[in-house]
Amino acid sequence: MIISVASGKGGTGKTTIATSLATVLGSSAQLLDCDVEEPNCHILMKPVLQTCESITVPVPIVEMDKCTLCGKCGEVCRFSSIVVIGNQVLTFPEMCHGCGGCSLLCPEKAITEGCRELGVIETGLAGPVEFVHGRLRIGEAMSPPLIRAVKAKINPHKLAILDAPPGASCPVIHTVMGSDFIILVTEPTPFGLHDLKIAVEAISHLAIPLGVILNRSDVGDREVNKFCVQKGIPLLAEIPHDRQIAEGYARGNLLVVSAPQYIREFLEIYKKITELINGSKSNLKEALS
Amino acid sequence: MKELVIISGKGGTGKTSLTACFAFLAKDKVLADCDVDAADLHILVHPRTIHEEDFRGGVKARIDAEKCSGCGTCRESCRFGAITAELVVNPLSCEGCGVCFHVCPEQAISLEEGLNGHWFISETRFGSMVHAALLPGQENSGKLVALVRNQAKVLARKQDIPLILVDGAPGLGCPVISSITGAGRVLIVTEPSLSGLHDMERAMQLVGGFRIPVSVAINKYDVNPEVAEQIEQVSARAHATVLGRIPYDPQVIRSMVHRRCVVEDGDSPANQAIRVIWERLEPDLLS
Amino acid sequence: MGKEIDSQVDPRFGRAQYIVILDQSGTVLEAVDNSQNLNAMRGAGIQAAKFLADRKVDVLMTGHCGPNAFTTLKAAGIKVVIEQSGTVEEAFDHLNRNEVAFTDKPNAEGHW
Repeated sequence: MIISVASGKGGTGKTTIATSLATVLGSSAQLLDCDVEEPNCHILMKPVLQTCESITVPVPIVEMDKCTLCGKCGEVCRFSSIVVIGNQVLTFPEMCHGCGGCSLLCPEKAITEGCRELGVIETGLAGPVEFVHGRLRIGEAMSPPLIRAVKAKINPHKLAILDAPPGASCPVIHTVMGSDFIILVTEPTPFGLHDLKIAVEAISHLAIPLGVILNRSDVGDREVNKFCVQKGIPLLAEIPHDRQIAEGYARGNLLVVSAPQYIREFLEIYKKITELINGSKSNLKEALS
Repeated sequence: MKELVIISGKGGTGKTSLTACFAFLAKDKVLADCDVDAADLHILVHPRTIHEEDFRGGVKARIDAEKCSGCGTCRESCRFGAITAELVVNPLSCEGCGVCFHVCPEQAISLEEGLNGHWFISETRFGSMVHAALLPGQENSGKLVALVRNQAKVLARKQDIPLILVDGAPGLGCPVISSITGAGRVLIVTEPSLSGLHDMERAMQLVGGFRIPVSVAINKYDVNPEVAEQIEQVSARAHATVLGRIPYDPQVIRSMVHRRCVVEDGDSPANQAIRVIWERLEPDLLS
Repeated sequence: MGKEIDSQVDPRFGRAQYIVILDQSGTVLEAVDNSQNLNAMRGAGIQAAKFLADRKVDVLMTGHCGPNAFTTLKAAGIKVVIEQSGTVEEAFDHLNRNEVAFTDKPNAEGHW
């Protein structure tokens, strides 16, 4: 089973929720931090890291003795990553998407592939919880290929919890695609509601069951609650603002460590999620029969 | 004309709320909301749209089922797994590289520019604003961000306004890079948590690579003064001035719920701290 | 920013609206609409530079030139004069009167 934790707005508590959920599920869980631009799960989970792998994207290398300067590579490339100028072939590896078009279509087979590092993936154990995260190289523009590489480490025998990046654009979609359930975390403010709506719209056509967790639930207004009722989105939990939890988080402590009374709440959340997944599966069966 | 770009690395540190406060405090400015994925600045500045345009960026492949012979060459050649077993392009995974277009023996594939989003010029209660909205799930390559910034510059030049306030995107990828290139100053808004510190260090590294002067504001600093202190040390080492510390203040959300910025309401601790930060920023921006 | 000899020089190279090509006497040979590059996702500078290389241009005068464009121009042997403002005609006069210096590095960050 794969559960993604996402939110439209940053800073609503995605990582707090993802790490607490993984922690209470213990040895049956695997936590994958897909927020490769700013991974934070490791700060709270404190994993013992065992592997570190560099993830690269293939970039063109031109063998000039085979090259006829025909310019086909530059014509094919949609990212201005390779261009023939006079009697040189210039490559701009940081623009390259690694599509392989230039090397595939070069009539002289003069192009081979080197690599550009996107970032690294590290794996390890945080107590009994399997841990994976990706960290994008600073200055690297593209996160989706690294996110895909993190997700390739999903252990099918575990409950995989994915911490998604904030927002609703393509890195988020790449993270949550293929999940069995998506938790959207938000806060009860106009920013929280606005960004929640954007996130819901972005993922709605993926047809994956959703639920909302309202964090710092007592600081704002009730508009998020109304929205969930209106849209028929289950509200999985409301967690009131708690200075102790906030201070604990600031020090790098898990919510369920700062406030162990929430352990039961998270087990309940997991139970609700499995019920909702099964519910939607049987709805689907009914609809298809 | 100078651009102040406000970023955070970590989301949720108060970037947009602070940008709105500066918009209230600054005399003449143009606003640019570069968080095109989940734009929030408009919630506090109440824009009235006067100009709207479609934004098209990048192409997606489309397979004409009638011309398709089912050979599957496209699927084998696609490095992004964007073509299903039924030989249909999944637009979410398609990077628009065009390899399938070139290799298809039946020429059954076309590359089509789609609608990615919209951008707007609006009048707000604090001045003109350029903002945008990506359609949900779209690629955020930074191109729309670059467009918003350029349009803001055009507007500022036309109106003879010396300052552009840019609300940046969270994270460190393309959209943020696009937000900061060529900026006059970057302000990193952070929070005193270990996550906030970690993300701020990465943000500083990114900005440092562009050699742009950086300042820091520590929001909700009293939640952990020890980490706030660490942030100050890291900033000092990176030659970034910490312009101020803002205390945690429930008035911020109370004002936000009423669609106002905290500097407009009463005289709360956050209000005062933000005004001090602005007083320190302003002279450099208008020089 | 326009296509006439008295149009203002655009501060950006890759995403300039027009590219105006002059001969040694200052006559406009070609004024090209560059809006395809204005709207390009990325690589506008590289494409604009390649365009100049294909036309066998000798000197580029512009406001700012980014690193990728600069690399491409250098490979094509095109000399670059930056920080030009004023009109096309004024810039050309400066060049003719040897009042300019050819730059050896870009003066703008890459714009994505």
